[in-house]
Amino acid sequence: MKSHARVELSKPVSDEVRKTTCYMCACRCGIDVHLKDGKIRYIEGNRDHPVNRGVLCAKGSAGIMQHYAPARLKAPMLRTGPRGSGEFKEISWDEALGLATRWMGEVRERDPKKLAFFTGRDQSQSLTGFWAQQYGTPNYAAHGGFCSVNMAAAGITTIGGAFWEFGAPDWERTKLFVLFGVAEDHDSNPIKIGISKLKQRGARFVSVNPVRTGYSAVADNWIGIRPGTDGLLILALVHELLKARRIDVDYLARYSNAAWLVIDAPGTADHGLFARDGEGRPLVFETVTEQAVPTGSRGARAALSGRFTLPDGRSAVPSFQLLAEEYLDPKYAPEAVASKTGVDAATIRGLAAEIGRVAFDEAIEIYEPWTDVNGERHQSFVGRPVSFHAMRGISAHSNGFQTARALHMLQVLIGAVDCPGGFRFEPPYPKPLEAHPRPHGKAEHFGSNQPLSGPHLGFPLGPEDLLVDEEGRPARIDKAFSWEAPISAHGLMHMVIANAHAGDPYPIDLLFLYMANMAWNSSMNTGGVIRMLEDKDEETGEYRIPRIIYSDAYSSEMVAYADLVLPDTTYLERHDCISLLDRPISEPDAVNDAIRWPVVEPDRDVRAFQSVLIDLGGRLKLPGFVDHRGTPLYEDYADYIVRHERRPGIGPLAGFRGLAGDRVGRGAVNRDQLRRYIENGSFFSAHIPAEAQFFKHANAAYQDFAVRMGFFDKLQPVTFQLYSEVLQKFRLSAEGLREPVAPEIHRSRILSAFTPLPAWYQPLEEAALDEEAFPYHAITQRPMAMYHSWGSMNAWLRQIHTKNPLYVPGAICDAHGLKDGDWIWVISHHGRIKVEIAHSDAVNSRTMWTWNAIGKRGGAWALDPKSPEAEKGFLMNHLIHELLPPKGDGMRWSNSDPVTGQAAWYDLRVRIEKAEPGETSEPHFSDMAGLRRGEEVPAELRYGQEWSK
Amino acid sequence: MTSLPPAPTPKQLGLVIDLDVCVGCHACVVSCKEWNTGGYGAALSDQDPYGPNVSGAWLNRVHSYEVVPDGGEIVGESGEARIVHFPKSCLHCEDAPCVTVCPTGASYKRADDGIVLVDESMCIGCGLCAWACPYGAREMDLAAGVMKKCTLCIDRIHNETIEEVDRVPSCVRTCPANARHFGDLADPGSDVSRMVAERGGMDLMPEQGTRPVNKYLPPRARRPLAASAPGIPLAEETDGAKGFFAWLDGMLDRI
Repeated sequence: MKSHARVELSKPVSDEVRKTTCYMCACRCGIDVHLKDGKIRYIEGNRDHPVNRGVLCAKGSAGIMQHYAPARLKAPMLRTGPRGSGEFKEISWDEALGLATRWMGEVRERDPKKLAFFTGRDQSQSLTGFWAQQYGTPNYAAHGGFCSVNMAAAGITTIGGAFWEFGAPDWERTKLFVLFGVAEDHDSNPIKIGISKLKQRGARFVSVNPVRTGYSAVADNWIGIRPGTDGLLILALVHELLKARRIDVDYLARYSNAAWLVIDAPGTADHGLFARDGEGRPLVFETVTEQAVPTGSRGARAALSGRFTLPDGRSAVPSFQLLAEEYLDPKYAPEAVASKTGVDAATIRGLAAEIGRVAFDEAIEIYEPWTDVNGERHQSFVGRPVSFHAMRGISAHSNGFQTARALHMLQVLIGAVDCPGGFRFEPPYPKPLEAHPRPHGKAEHFGSNQPLSGPHLGFPLGPEDLLVDEEGRPARIDKAFSWEAPISAHGLMHMVIANAHAGDPYPIDLLFLYMANMAWNSSMNTGGVIRMLEDKDEETGEYRIPRIIYSDAYSSEMVAYADLVLPDTTYLERHDCISLLDRPISEPDAVNDAIRWPVVEPDRDVRAFQSVLIDLGGRLKLPGFVDHRGTPLYEDYADYIVRHERRPGIGPLAGFRGLAGDRVGRGAVNRDQLRRYIENGSFFSAHIPAEAQFFKHANAAYQDFAVRMGFFDKLQPVTFQLYSEVLQKFRLSAEGLREPVAPEIHRSRILSAFTPLPAWYQPLEEAALDEEAFPYHAITQRPMAMYHSWGSMNAWLRQIHTKNPLYVPGAICDAHGLKDGDWIWVISHHGRIKVEIAHSDAVNSRTMWTWNAIGKRGGAWALDPKSPEAEKGFLMNHLIHELLPPKGDGMRWSNSDPVTGQAAWYDLRVRIEKAEPGETSEPHFSDMAGLRRGEEVPAELRYGQEWSK
Repeated sequence: MTSLPPAPTPKQLGLVIDLDVCVGCHACVVSCKEWNTGGYGAALSDQDPYGPNVSGAWLNRVHSYEVVPDGGEIVGESGEARIVHFPKSCLHCEDAPCVTVCPTGASYKRADDGIVLVDESMCIGCGLCAWACPYGAREMDLAAGVMKKCTLCIDRIHNETIEEVDRVPSCVRTCPANARHFGDLADPGSDVSRMVAERGGMDLMPEQGTRPVNKYLPPRARRPLAASAPGIPLAEETDGAKGFFAWLDGMLDRI
């Protein structure tokens, strides 16, 4: 036998390793990019990084293919053919920026609200929001409205922080972890690391999800709930825990508004509001002296139940009395909710029993003395080791806000918020609702050639903070912060195109979008949106939405609808900051932020969007971007990251501040800051002192730390708001009892959704339809190996998910005589799609589902139009209308949560009919031929072949 | 016909894959592709990468199966099927049929550490080894015309130019769920051997007689939630929650 060639065991991997931050999804892991001969050899997780600790997901490893994808845009482009044709000519950056400046400058002078600036997968909202504010349009938001604003708004309203990526289960200590709904989309590596840790420790993991894929596949218990009923299940758990006295009374009394007195004066403007003293402090009833005293009074023993007379003679009850009366009602008994939720009573009771047992019989204690904000000293942190997490799954329903509130209420009742073993806040959260800004955008907030008087987004504390005119009409193009969606803290990006097309509340001149595939998977009613983008005014022959400027790195479907395309870089070619002013990457034990930097140089005529925005700010002479002489302040985004100060000493990055780079949080500008970050692996981490790590909402040491870091300028402890006075104010307006009163048309919607205590109501689409006509649920989820449309053009990732069948439960297959590979029509109140199915029994028996955004439009993303993604892949979006079915009140209500405006993707109801087998799914759209990249797309890839020698 | 080294080899390097925690995220699949396309042997090519018939050579794939386990639990309207994510790559068998079938000697099992490898300079791309492997763990690279398979990242695990902690296969280093473990299964004291002993690690298709080195840890036993239902104490029912408020007053007195 011949001897084998010697295997080279110790070949150097690369010439150089550059550490930066991943951007293949919103997780933002640290990555080590290995470079060899100027090319990317290998991307691996950064072992030192606080987010991923060395691991990396499929998307992250496929970054090579994303970076070198033929779908990358190459130069600025001006549209030459009709919208949607994909016909463009390449132009110079001078020409592109000159044109953009002219278009934007004209609008800013004439009527700045006629520019609508919305960003999609933007991780620079601190900059884009600041820019929009300086430009002066009221119409700015990112994509949270169609993503998960329900989670953010409900969390901040209730406990001062949200799940999302702003908090995390205490993976090291939790003994029972309950996950509601699909959550594979954010914080994905930390959750995978965490689930594995707790399972290997023998802790129990319960998944409540109609579909048993992903994380649910490894859950110890899977509760295949019916979509949109999670809130009811949670309230049944609350019912059982109250009945079993499994609640933490001490915790409730200390940290929640359970004792706050609620005025009982039906028919008056104050009914259901908190009784307050002359300084506005809520009152509690002190049981020793038997009088109402302000909350926080030293030594007060506050009542949690009873009926008391206030000094002014009115009657009041502690809010907890209302809570207990509500949820002890037998309508929340497991037997009463079993048929609606599709979960049997024994399972509900068993889950309640486990929550109660683990929280109280397996409590843990960390012996670390600490002091609370009332000055009381504690010898230890007591932990209730039950943790919860939820994300898109419960968020994307029209009852998602109240469902998320119910879940937070459950956590507070058992004393499991920010304790050892429970859900833990990640700095800069928690932060009370009042510490967030009020929204700005009313007529008096903006004007010709001037900045908006304050930030666009925030939290109204009552109807008086809405952005509406005298008649109650919306001020914003997306109708955010109007009576239709009062607490739309992230805006309603999914309504912008429909509203602009309809001229309701007004038409716009210029739509400016970044990284948002609104002409495809990011819109409801995709076909309708395409028509709106193509629609012309019959009289003028102009497009109804006259001008569209779009920035993206890839030739997405939306590119074909832009008039001017500003090509962005890939994530490896740019500066970015993952900022505490924006969407932070902190962990419960540490404050973290991070940067990206160009680890490879662009080989195309492209520019990072953020630098382009800063350039445009200079050309438009926007305050904040030019000095008093009109000279641009910043060279580019990197310069802005280092030198911009939001408040004195507070900038985009918290690390290495001060002239010597030794200041943390607050400190002077350090021109060497980016180099210091790069030397540190492109992130910065500051550990929270041991005595400040838990009960952050009421921990004096944490509050001091937060002020030192610059999260806020004075102490901001949080009292958990189980009973929400803000919601009650809207209710009073809807009852006509409190100024400003709600317009008649909005009243019933507000009354049904704005309950001061968490409630469950039937999802609105379901409530509006005949259940027999549309008997099934249809939902989508993002595959773990892909991040929406970004991943499905990736040469490696698309081999994992090349098409998306509709998974249909066995019971439905049997009822319709269906088998794997059959084709069916799926019909909603709005449209029909024809798709190929696959049989599945790992799903709620009334629910079908598919992977989101695999389907592509021919010509886009540099894929061959005959690719499975374009031929067989499909979008559920065609079935989902941005408006609810008409209900006879003359209004077409938005298909959104009535509280927050969150797009209700998962409310969809359908019926099915067997179809003839097909070659393509339907609807099938024409190819966008102009976008095609025929000759530039390789027929074969042999990535790294040159290194095999 | 190629011969195997005397069995067992002194070391048996291999993987232990924990099916209890694998969430099917494909991190290992892509990390493997990424490392190996620039590593040992020819690149892992992709044909028609942006077209209708996209395919490529991969050394590790995750298959997802819907199974109804014995005693599959039905909760309300849920189905009883469970999804098992099953990562699969070469199992580095002691009695590797892919080696003995090789007409040129290209396929071989290393005598010292037991890794099954293809010497691409000797491989004629006849594909017999892929036919012989009962696991379907080998893939032909269509561009190079040679057989590709898991090398356990042989150019990582002994690589003195990288840190010691990183001298593990790429799939193991990257796995977010910590479902993949690498070590010497010939050493009963190794972490991987202990894991196999404790968790009842299993051979894949033992009836094939290939004596695979890689082992799979089965999902842990699960306790139904309904079994806990009797654990919740049922307090008395009272009108208007009076009994509850009386209890509450008692609790407040104790604080």
